[in-house]
Amino acid sequence: MSERIKKARRHTSQSEGLIFEKSAPGKRGMELPPLDVPPVDPRQILGAAHVRDAVEGFPEVSEIEVIRHFTRLSTWNYAIDLGMYPLGSCTMKYNPRVNEFVARLEGIATEHPYQPVELSQGCLGILKTLQDCLLEVTGMDGITLQPAAGAQGELTGLLLIRAYLESQGNPRKKILIPDSAHGTNPATAVIAGYEVENIRSNAQGQIDVARLKEIVNEDVAALMVTNPSTVGIFEQRIAEVAELLHAKGALLYMDGANMNALAGIARPGDFGVDVMHLNLHKTFSTPHGGGGPGAGPVMVKKILEPFLPVPVLAARADGTLTLDFHRPQSIGRVRAFCGNFGVLVRALAYTLAYGPGIRQATEDAVLNANYIRKHLESHYDLPFQLPSMHEVVFSDSQQKKHGVSTIDIAKRLIDYGFHPYTTAFPLIVSGALMIEPTESESKEECDLFIDAMLAIAEEAATQPALVKTAPHSTRVGRLDEVTAARKPILRWKPEASGEAAD
Amino acid sequence: MRYLPKSPSERQEMMAAIGIQSVEELFHSIPASYRLKRPLHLPGPLSEMEIIDYFRARAAENSGGYTSFLGAGVYDHLRSVVTDTIIQRGEFLTSYTPYQPEISQGTLQAIFEFQTLICQLTGQEVANASMWDGSTALTEAMLMAERLTGRRRLVVARSVHPEYRQVLATYSRNTGLHVDEVPFAGSGQLDRAALGAQINDQTAAVVVQSPNFFGVLEELPQLRDIAHASGALLVVAITEAVSLGIVRPPAEADIVAIEGQSFGLAPSYGGPFVGVIATREKFIRQMPGRLAGQTTDNQGLRGFVLTLATREQHIRREKATSNICTNQALCALAASVHLCLLGKQGLRELAQQNLAKARFAATELEKIPGVRRAFSGPVFNEFAITLPRSVKLVNTELLKEKIIGPLPLGSFYPELTKQGLLCVTETTPRAKIEGLTAALRRILEKPH
Amino acid sequence: MYPTDRRYTKEHEWIKVDGDTGTVGITDYAQHELGDVVFVELPKVGAKFEANQPFGTVESVKAVSEIYSPVSGQVLEVNSALANAPETINKDPHGAAWLIRIKLSRPSELNGLMDTAAYQAYISEKQKEVSA
Repeated sequence: MSERIKKARRHTSQSEGLIFEKSAPGKRGMELPPLDVPPVDPRQILGAAHVRDAVEGFPEVSEIEVIRHFTRLSTWNYAIDLGMYPLGSCTMKYNPRVNEFVARLEGIATEHPYQPVELSQGCLGILKTLQDCLLEVTGMDGITLQPAAGAQGELTGLLLIRAYLESQGNPRKKILIPDSAHGTNPATAVIAGYEVENIRSNAQGQIDVARLKEIVNEDVAALMVTNPSTVGIFEQRIAEVAELLHAKGALLYMDGANMNALAGIARPGDFGVDVMHLNLHKTFSTPHGGGGPGAGPVMVKKILEPFLPVPVLAARADGTLTLDFHRPQSIGRVRAFCGNFGVLVRALAYTLAYGPGIRQATEDAVLNANYIRKHLESHYDLPFQLPSMHEVVFSDSQQKKHGVSTIDIAKRLIDYGFHPYTTAFPLIVSGALMIEPTESESKEECDLFIDAMLAIAEEAATQPALVKTAPHSTRVGRLDEVTAARKPILRWKPEASGEAAD
Repeated sequence: MRYLPKSPSERQEMMAAIGIQSVEELFHSIPASYRLKRPLHLPGPLSEMEIIDYFRARAAENSGGYTSFLGAGVYDHLRSVVTDTIIQRGEFLTSYTPYQPEISQGTLQAIFEFQTLICQLTGQEVANASMWDGSTALTEAMLMAERLTGRRRLVVARSVHPEYRQVLATYSRNTGLHVDEVPFAGSGQLDRAALGAQINDQTAAVVVQSPNFFGVLEELPQLRDIAHASGALLVVAITEAVSLGIVRPPAEADIVAIEGQSFGLAPSYGGPFVGVIATREKFIRQMPGRLAGQTTDNQGLRGFVLTLATREQHIRREKATSNICTNQALCALAASVHLCLLGKQGLRELAQQNLAKARFAATELEKIPGVRRAFSGPVFNEFAITLPRSVKLVNTELLKEKIIGPLPLGSFYPELTKQGLLCVTETTPRAKIEGLTAALRRILEKPH
Repeated sequence: MYPTDRRYTKEHEWIKVDGDTGTVGITDYAQHELGDVVFVELPKVGAKFEANQPFGTVESVKAVSEIYSPVSGQVLEVNSALANAPETINKDPHGAAWLIRIKLSRPSELNGLMDTAAYQAYISEKQKEVSA
């Protein structure tokens, strides 16, 4: 092990099989209070054909075994709570614990979406305050909190655009998407019933405005742009792009995945954006939880408000809040009930903690990214020279000379005690290293990261095999993803059934 | 600010290293005219204590002190502190989607176990690592049926959750899918004669929910036969997943879309919950959502990875099976922990208690003159009743007694203004059921 | 390396013609670029394709590539053995891993395809681009 590995040291971790392998008949982890009504015979009530036998293979384990099982599994994960998680574009920032606490309060977690609005004023008040905050941060006019995640926010935004254009007489055919965009953008456009036209970025990684001028016509419904873009650079000519689209009757959609570079500094509503979504699990700190839940609110300009999903939050004459379902031009519902309310609670708790001081979080995030860029730019190739915002994208072209690629460097970072950065995205950078420290990292943590990256750059030149076979310190080594895909094993089965689990 | 780990002098040092004099310079790439020249008008900053006070005050403006009999897709069931303890571990709570398997084995193995538990419960061969919720899972299941059959028409039971059908309408509007709705019969089950008349060789899928929105179990084997006779798939939605502890699993379905909220997740005013799609192995390439698969590492040790990712948006872009990326991993973990705690016996007992309590409640309510079950079909823990007058008016009276009464079905079905939906689970004590029947009796006895 | 009994496309498919029947596969260069193949999706027998139209996909763990028909015609046979052994594409792309047999509807289209020498020149250009 390299002497330069300072942040981490190996330690013993517990082994643990699958929960099904610990099961033994008669054990249980939960007991129910006694039944206080007469018992019934299910066969008599439901009819024998509707009754099942006990669930075959279902686990039978005690409470302590459940605790140990999942605690052991948890120790095999890296997490923000352990250290810097520099996944570019994912915004892995600190998830404040008070947010978890308030989302679980009696009277918050316990509420049913169909209880009368008179008994839901607290929930509706939370939604109203969050709406007002998000509108102020983004400079937009109207909002829906219903979408369950960023991808659904995107879809909602495009459906709003479509409904608006339809009301103008023509929904149009195409959505323009820069080649630097997240893969979700084109996938979403198709579900919204549009064709996708990819547009190439220019040599600076920016939208090619000259090219855009040529292709924006009456068939174009909207341009979907991420700003700052996925290379972490502000789209300098964004207002011009907006004007160009508007002149042809098209709209500007902004993917707000990178709003954490702008909060308190600049507002999309001020630079011509018509629709945008936010990923509350990015900018607004709700936990990623190993892949969700998220929430994807959508903000719009006035012209799109009539089309927002139902229900819309509304104030009554007496000042109380209600849900308005009577919206004839609405695109309809995108999700049952009122969205991921518990996630929205957490996002509001985060916003209240900062207030206007959210600007400081943005400043620190951009400061960290530029500090890292400064220290690494002479050791890693920087394909785009424009100033970085909240993240910085390098390429592996210098290390490639030694046969070391971005994924190898990423895996070697694990040995140094860090989670890898984002590899191989955005697609416009061959062999990308996409690094986003967020505001949650101290100078000390940034320095450790820089030191690790410099050490790996040196290793790539002097002992490339060490890097190419990393990680060397984890419970499991590189996993055979090819066999996993060729012969998928997607569930455990008892050994007797022929498909051994181990 | 307590979340930011830098001292003023550290910020200065870092700026000096970058070669800038002021923080403003970091933002010079944003044209000056778009840089905000005032502080944001946001409430706060608040300390931790003030944040708690704020949300306690909001909580006090909700339904505290009221007894509720609401279900309709969101159920109040037992939740264990063990589950919450596990999902609040930072290693689960604050980790990302497990794209780097070497340092995500915990999440990956937990997902693999979740997939297994769902397969065991549903009698299906494969299940994904979660969808956003039941409504979006069902919508994705229908889009999947379209891809599998190459057909563009869906026949959907009117007894499928109305909000689920609304979500489907939103998604189908621009993709050329045509949706026909099938009425329900007096049993509350789908009207099979009407289905026979509507289904044809253009039908991609027959879509039902069981127990359906009225709480009534559908006759899945017969529906499978009707669907398959026309070359259509049978898609089954389940919103009350606890029913799977006693009700025969939808093994004959081609695709099952589940809302797993009943497995240990709080009602939380409608979310976050956990949707899942389960299906047959042969359909897996058309299934959306993430999947964890078992494999081995370079030492031959068992490990898990995300697999079959080529179906997904980050690789296939505009040709992906779905645009879903972030799903509900932490909610799926909570459901797994909850199911492991319940175990084989606990799940059975839980389901039996629900069945017994609902039967008791229905029997007691039917003793009130003018009150009867609205539908004759078999029910699990939820059932519709017919009242002698408008449910909404009766509910106004019940609210005065601190009871949130039956969900007025007239809000979703204009012809059912006197019908209301009630749900009784293991968390409803007998005394509260008796309180409801007594209050309802008093209200209905009063002249109006 | 590249057999001389067939013709090649710029999308890295090969076609070997016998009478009015062509056998189609992907080249060694293509399988190498793709990496370990984990899944192949092929058309149904009887399907008709125009030249340059995609007729199937080949997938590795992290990439999907469409396969384009070198000529117009109707599918006579598909190599169903690949479903359970997609790795054959990596092992024997020019032989056992043929993908489809197609009945040519416009044999003259063959004249627009590269012969072995032209294809080898084409890929050595490609390789130069990559290493540059």
